[in-house]
Amino acid sequence: MDQLLQFLISGLTVGSIYALVALGFSIIYNASDVVNFAQGEFVMIGAMSAIFMLKAGISYPLAAFLAIVITAGVGLALDKFAIEPAKNATVVSTIIITIGASIFLRGAALLIWGKEIYGLPPFTNNDPIRIGNATILPQNLWVMLGTAVTVFAVKYFFDHTRMGKAILACSFNKKAAYLVGINVKRMLLISYGLSAALGAMAGLLVTPITFMSYNAGVMLGLKGFCAAILGGMGNSMGAVLGGVLLGIVETVGAGFISSGYKDAIAFLVIMLVLFIKPSGLLGKGEAERV
Amino acid sequence: MKRLSGFLLFAALCAALPILFPDNYYVTVVGLTVFINIILAVSLNLLMGYAGQISLGHAAFFGLGAYSSAILTIRYGLNPWLAMLAGAAMVMALSYILSRPILRLKGHYLAMATLGLGIIVHIFFVQADELTGGPDGISGLPVLSIMGLPIDSDIRWYWVLCSFMLLTVLFSLNIADSRAGRALSAVHGSEIAAQMMGIDTAKVKSHIFVFSALIASVAGSLFAHQQDFVSPESFSFFFSIELVTMVVLGGLGSTFGAVIGAFILSILPEVLIVFEDFEVLIFGAILMVIMIFLPEGLFVALKNRVIHFMRRSQGGA
Repeated sequence: MDQLLQFLISGLTVGSIYALVALGFSIIYNASDVVNFAQGEFVMIGAMSAIFMLKAGISYPLAAFLAIVITAGVGLALDKFAIEPAKNATVVSTIIITIGASIFLRGAALLIWGKEIYGLPPFTNNDPIRIGNATILPQNLWVMLGTAVTVFAVKYFFDHTRMGKAILACSFNKKAAYLVGINVKRMLLISYGLSAALGAMAGLLVTPITFMSYNAGVMLGLKGFCAAILGGMGNSMGAVLGGVLLGIVETVGAGFISSGYKDAIAFLVIMLVLFIKPSGLLGKGEAERV
Repeated sequence: MKRLSGFLLFAALCAALPILFPDNYYVTVVGLTVFINIILAVSLNLLMGYAGQISLGHAAFFGLGAYSSAILTIRYGLNPWLAMLAGAAMVMALSYILSRPILRLKGHYLAMATLGLGIIVHIFFVQADELTGGPDGISGLPVLSIMGLPIDSDIRWYWVLCSFMLLTVLFSLNIADSRAGRALSAVHGSEIAAQMMGIDTAKVKSHIFVFSALIASVAGSLFAHQQDFVSPESFSFFFSIELVTMVVLGGLGSTFGAVIGAFILSILPEVLIVFEDFEVLIFGAILMVIMIFLPEGLFVALKNRVIHFMRRSQGGA
């Protein structure tokens, strides 16, 4: 029982990170029908740039803020220079383009930051808190809190602001959005920036727990993709739920079966879900247009 | 004969190379990697290019073939050819079982499922160390021999891999011009329309999936014997991505496109090695630039331009 509680705590922590990455996936997918395989690289760039600014003597909060800004800039560049020029690309082409982008960004990170593994200090004093026989680190709480606040902020943005609604309009029907005077191109650009910022946020939150290196974004990105699919591609809150669920299932499964197979469990779950319900847990079945 | 003139030219070129340059590193060493990659890219193109089904886990079948050969020959002392056959049979059974539920999926969901398959198999190679040797892999495979002739030198491997590669290419070219090939391209165009024409699309897709996995498995067995070593690294998610890139780079749906794509991507690391740390960056950049500006692929774009140019000059004359 205590063990289960411990697994739930770590599961909820990783799950929160997956949720943020999945939310980023979902925003870009909604805006442009592109599955962005470079999403994990946003996480890595956010964390790595914060680490190096901190090393350069910039204060932690400012470094974190600048890291998010830098990553958002990378997101904007991705849309401007890779997605926008390839307007009429097929699903396969866009997959390859974003995979190319992820390799490119990893290559750039390798050149700038090298192959070493780095960490970030925890946000606050990190003495473990005991709950029964399980322990929880304050940084775990920061991850959950940070994710919850971010998710609600994103939800508020889409539900209650003009710009958020304009982006949603673009994802429903680009032509109609264009006709009512929405600058579709700019909304796409903003979606990429926002999604990258979410990735950076995930990187900042998780690095004090798990460390970071130039290629650590790959698995995080793939897991985020899993979570987004689990929740039903394009369903933002579904993606968040999918992330949390995936984190918990993976951690509990790894705890009771074998930690070496942790990643395999996540992918096995996602494959079973797809076999049984191909549109994801919260996805609506879609009729194919003939 | 005209239909296969391109193939004959290609076969002649492959046969001439080791005779003209018998001791060239690029021919007898890099050439072997190129052949393996061509086999894999062409087999993946059957699924992706002809049937229009993306797979981000092709390396899994390649790996299963390689590990079957390594494990069965070393741990169980099986004859290499029997081991290859057993591996192929196992991959056939596995891919057949998986084909229906996987190929029912479309677009990003299909990408996810095949990606998941690739990653699960890779993790199995790393984790099941009693069987697979874990991250260190297995080395010391017995020498493969054909009718008493041991395949134990680079040049002999060149001929073996070259023959299997040419067979695969010929098979792929022929399938395109067959009834099955036309059924596949109907599925690619529109699955519903194909169903309306009376094509059992699920069966067609499943068959090509199994076939493509089978070729990859045999390639894996040959690769294991040629390298004399297998380790999980060769069958990772990244390799699956590289294979997809080869197919798309040359031109989806074109057999020679896959050949050219595989050739370029196998040679690229040898060329980029002079750039050392820039290698990853340049690789990513090439991928993006080609996909953005030549989404139909290098070979197909070039072919279309040549045809266009010839038609125009004929029209002018």
